[in-house]
Amino acid sequence: MEIGPIWRAMMRSKGGYILIALQIAVTMAIMVNAIAIMQERGSRMARPSGLDEANTFAFVSVGFAPDMNNKALINEDLDTLRNLPGVKHVTASNSFPLRQGGWSEGLHREPGVGKSVSSSAIYFVDEHGLDTFGLELIDGENFAPEQVGWDSDTDDPWPATVIVSQALGEHLFPDHEGPYVGKTFYFNDDNPAKIVGVVKTLQSPWQGWAGVERAMLVPQRRDSEFVRYIVRTEPGYRDELMVQVEELLASSNKDRIIRHMVTMDEVRKLAYLGDAAMIKILTFVVALLTAITGLGLVGLASFSVARRTRQIGIRRALGATKAAIVRHFMLENFVISSIGIVAGGGLAVGLNIFMVQAFSLTPLAWYVIPIAMVVLWIVGQLAVAGPARKASNISPAIATRSV
Amino acid sequence: MFRYYLKLGSLSIRANPMLSFLMVAAIAIGIGACMTIMTVKHVMSGNPIEHKNDQLYHVQVDNWNPDDPYEDPDLPPEQMTYLDAKALFDASRAFRQTKSYKISRVVQPDGDDARPFQTDGRATTADFFPMFDVPFQYGSGWDNSADATEERVAVLSRELNEQVFGGENSVGRILTINGESFRVSGVIDEWNPVPKFFDLNNNPYEKPESLYLPFSLAVAGKFDRGGNTSCWKPFEGEGFEAFLASECIWIQMWVELQDESAKADYMQFLDAYVEEQKLLGRFPRPLNNRLYNPAEWMDYQEVVDDDVDVLLGLAVLFLVVCLLNTIGLLLAKSMRRAKDTSLRRALGASKLELFKQHIFEAGIIGVAGGLLGIAMTWLGLRGIENLYVEYDFIQHLVRMDWSMISLAVVLAVTSAVGAALYPTWRTCNITPATHLRLQ
Repeated sequence: MEIGPIWRAMMRSKGGYILIALQIAVTMAIMVNAIAIMQERGSRMARPSGLDEANTFAFVSVGFAPDMNNKALINEDLDTLRNLPGVKHVTASNSFPLRQGGWSEGLHREPGVGKSVSSSAIYFVDEHGLDTFGLELIDGENFAPEQVGWDSDTDDPWPATVIVSQALGEHLFPDHEGPYVGKTFYFNDDNPAKIVGVVKTLQSPWQGWAGVERAMLVPQRRDSEFVRYIVRTEPGYRDELMVQVEELLASSNKDRIIRHMVTMDEVRKLAYLGDAAMIKILTFVVALLTAITGLGLVGLASFSVARRTRQIGIRRALGATKAAIVRHFMLENFVISSIGIVAGGGLAVGLNIFMVQAFSLTPLAWYVIPIAMVVLWIVGQLAVAGPARKASNISPAIATRSV
Repeated sequence: MFRYYLKLGSLSIRANPMLSFLMVAAIAIGIGACMTIMTVKHVMSGNPIEHKNDQLYHVQVDNWNPDDPYEDPDLPPEQMTYLDAKALFDASRAFRQTKSYKISRVVQPDGDDARPFQTDGRATTADFFPMFDVPFQYGSGWDNSADATEERVAVLSRELNEQVFGGENSVGRILTINGESFRVSGVIDEWNPVPKFFDLNNNPYEKPESLYLPFSLAVAGKFDRGGNTSCWKPFEGEGFEAFLASECIWIQMWVELQDESAKADYMQFLDAYVEEQKLLGRFPRPLNNRLYNPAEWMDYQEVVDDDVDVLLGLAVLFLVVCLLNTIGLLLAKSMRRAKDTSLRRALGASKLELFKQHIFEAGIIGVAGGLLGIAMTWLGLRGIENLYVEYDFIQHLVRMDWSMISLAVVLAVTSAVGAALYPTWRTCNITPATHLRLQ
């Protein structure tokens, strides 16, 4: 191969080539890290909430008249909703996954005030909660109807039974290899709670929280003028039911307002708005960057060809084939690209280590680096192909001219 | 001489239109990316109350769990209990003081077909309005006396006033809220501090609340709390009274202190207060009181998302790539013009002359790149607005002022001239004989 002469020719005017290699290196560092961030965000967005999101919507009823009978209204609403055709399950709950607002509670393995060992999102639901959320029960059983009472009817601050997510069980009892059903933990000082069921996945309302997978269902009806209803429908009924329900409930009682009518799809979109935007911005950045570097390489190659017109003519006159000329430029680009890409790999890893420390990002997956390398090699070769072809068309007669 | 350089520069730029365009475009895109993210960061990390930054202080006292700090390492809670807010407010030791929390209310407009609606509100005290320089369209806040007498007064945002009273001067009119009548004492003018420094506990970028009611009334009426509440200790007793007497935190407390000595005095007062409470069996943790001014408080609460800094870092690197690209192209161009330069040198042009000529040419490219970069920034900001349609504050990003525009141009010219230094230096050091020999 002609690497030897090409290398020696390059070493005679290093400045320009170092610049190109540097540009490729920085491009690679940005590209790799942007892809790493996109991957992180993408996998974050792909986590299931545990809910049957496609067929679920939620809304809020706020009573505002003084001295309302909340219990009666809630019972009546639940009855009305459960009897609508197309409705599968309904529950009242204080919150739901991805909502960004809710109730969290510190948990203890032993009774008494002290350092809590875990914390969890709390969803107050009735016996329909499990099916309304559409959770997959992997152990134990659902609440029985008689286990679910009104908070205003009892002096006990917490019910004695709960259903937890698998992740919460693991976090609460790290030394215990399951099953978690039958285990007991404590709310604040000495309110014991026994685990009666474990669900595979149930996310907390805060998708940015490190403990996002820790949540529990607590069997309690809340006597409040502020009620959040969650409705799971038969497939295809969601959108028409939303309109119907709003109309029906708003007119059934004039002393309350129906608001915050949202589908779970909208809730998810809002929860991950920042991540989705970040992915879009970074995709755009990577595309633009590749284009700029590619165009820059085209420009440089054209210059290089123009400057060496006479030299190429002489080579052609001395017997070099057109293919040899093309190969010369392609190889030259390959050598510079390789230097840039290797340096870029180091730069990318360094930048990633810095970003992981400074912004607690997930470290990049190893295979991103070879992918970026291949992409940049291809971009380099494509960029130089045009000018190289042009160079191969230079007539050998040029050699006889003096300019 | 200036016009001669201008002529030479434009000739050279026009000699390679594609290449010149590529250089201008690369600089413009790099500048556009940087300026876009810098604008976002500037808006997100702004201090809307900068002119009172050394007078306002957010108050923190550490009433948390002896075994478990509110936040590691050993940070005090971000909000205050009712007990402490009441005691510190009643002591009235600062020039001004206010305690407030977010509430949720239902407004019932007059008229049979008007539907009631829910609105975000803030339960607060009279000093809130002068402390935070809240601008009024009509009327004013309520008197300090109303804080104690539980007078039914209300302050409305401009939007709420438009919704309920059609934007008229509604001072003195009666508004029904959750079945109770309130007298309007003032209407706030356009006011949107970003971030919402006085309450960063929920979304620091949401709009200020649209309804303001006296704190004492809200507590007496057990108004629904709209913000976060955190507790560590079980209640002693039952009902709302027990909640008020508990160690739960849900109130934001601010004081206005006019100088450093007033701040020192207030800190002393706080310490004395906590020591006194310790004797009563409260405050089991070590003394850990804090007075942060708005800038410190926003910093402490980390209101600016890490994503912005990540993007800013990538944007700067992006600009670096664009500049390396420009340097490479300028270098290639100058090598190609070696013969031309050699001729000029041979005919008597000094190195300084050549240097000035080439830098001037780079300057032209820089100015063009900067101007195009402003357009790119505008496009970038519109793009960001579209991506974050649901975030209200982002919708006011495109407010590029002269300082931004001049910053873009200065950045572009500096970058272009900086990029031109190495190629120009190489050009100036050409040995004319080598290149003229072939002639």
